[in-house]
Amino acid sequence: MADSDRLENSPIIANPQKQTKLLAALYLAQEEYGWLNPEAIEHVADRLGLSPGQVRSTASFYSMFNLEPQGEYRIQVCEGLSCYLAGGAETIIDYLAHLLNIQPGETTADGKFSLEVVQCIAACGSAPAMRVNDELYENLTLERIALIIRELEGGSP
Amino acid sequence: MPRESDLPKIVAVNTDEGEPGTFKDREIVEQDPHQVIEGVLIAAYAIGASRAYVYIRGEFFLGVKRWIKAIADAYEAGFLGKDILGSGFNLDMSVHRGAGAYICGEETAMLESLEGKRGEPRQKPPYPASVGLFGLPTLVQNIETLACIPHIIQRGPSWFAGIGTAESKGPKIFSISGHVNRPGNYELPLGISLSDIIFGYAGGIPGGRHLKAVIPGGASTPFLRGDQVNVPMSFEGLAEAGSALGTGGIIVMDESTCIVEAVRRLSKFFAHESCGHCTPCRIGSWRIYEILERVEKGEGHSGDIDLLLDLVDGIDGHTYCPMGSALVNPVRSAIQHFRPEFEYHLTHKSCLVNGVK
Repeated sequence: MADSDRLENSPIIANPQKQTKLLAALYLAQEEYGWLNPEAIEHVADRLGLSPGQVRSTASFYSMFNLEPQGEYRIQVCEGLSCYLAGGAETIIDYLAHLLNIQPGETTADGKFSLEVVQCIAACGSAPAMRVNDELYENLTLERIALIIRELEGGSP
Repeated sequence: MPRESDLPKIVAVNTDEGEPGTFKDREIVEQDPHQVIEGVLIAAYAIGASRAYVYIRGEFFLGVKRWIKAIADAYEAGFLGKDILGSGFNLDMSVHRGAGAYICGEETAMLESLEGKRGEPRQKPPYPASVGLFGLPTLVQNIETLACIPHIIQRGPSWFAGIGTAESKGPKIFSISGHVNRPGNYELPLGISLSDIIFGYAGGIPGGRHLKAVIPGGASTPFLRGDQVNVPMSFEGLAEAGSALGTGGIIVMDESTCIVEAVRRLSKFFAHESCGHCTPCRIGSWRIYEILERVEKGEGHSGDIDLLLDLVDGIDGHTYCPMGSALVNPVRSAIQHFRPEFEYHLTHKSCLVNGVK
């Protein structure tokens, strides 16, 4: 049976493709640069010995990697079936669009908020839900959303 | 797992749950990682693996944090690493974050993603058990399965097999959402009646409204009508009713729901999440979404219902991975059970339920 020495010495594992670290590296680069601009892509490619094209190819597959600049607060509202049934989705999206004066896919002029519509965020049992950066907000009401936005307008991330 | 192979073996834990209506894994990941670590240890010991990779959905921010800590704690306590508790058995474990792609819940797409690539499914065979992560024999299991293992080892297989039905053994976590008073996760024996979950555990439908439709096993399982809920939540029970157990994610819709709108929304999810690898899924899912969008808005063409059914037939079984065909189930079953509602949209240019759109 394989023990970990054998595993480490296996030709496949001892020289795992550098690409294996790519998703983790992209998360780090996104944190560092704010979004995956060409410079960030280049940086990751250099460090992992991949081509910028390979890095971009992987990055563009995943919705959590931003290939466009985002607001300081990235608001993602779920439009999944359960959020819709719970009175969320468009009701919340329209309300936020009105509150922030932007359309989904846009960022406020001061760069503070971007508004996005996303598919399921695994909060169907506590719907309606939205996410702001890595914070999940569940059982939303319009009153609560107004409070959340007011709080974010005042504070820093 | 091939017994004769002397290649190192790997355990890969699938926690990339992302289907509308299913939210059980999130709760296991966040609330009880140690139970799963124990399950992975036992599974790794059984197959002789010394390396385990845990792939967690990127959006589970809290879950990822808790897993990193749980794994560190397990190393500290001597439950992971070299010579675990003096047994001579070694296991290393690490957490890997996904980055927002539903398809990575498909086992071979998950392996691609773990290798740092686009999460496009691989051709099968070979199956991961013989050629998996980095080309090594890999056991891929869902986190809910692995969470059961410590309890089975501790209490014995007959205890486990004593729960559920003859063909569907054990407990199951049912996620219930939509029009119910108490949505949430309920761990119950397989074979329990769907009606008991909706009207008992989940507290029934708000406002005394009537039940119209249920999706019993996550977004990719066929709709049931409201009068079909006296069905056992088991593999065989749901198959007999024309649906499937799927993930056990129950979505409840009352009489105020427009079925065309519900299916339109589900089809948007599948179109959005198509990995783009094969044509039937990449093009077919968007075509279905576009047609449902115009039907729902009252801009549908006569013949759209048959066009939908034709598209569904063209996709079913002709995709590269099973997820490509998943959209077929809700669309076909919705038309089968609620065809007059689709026809109403076409002839009246408005919705039977919500009036003018």
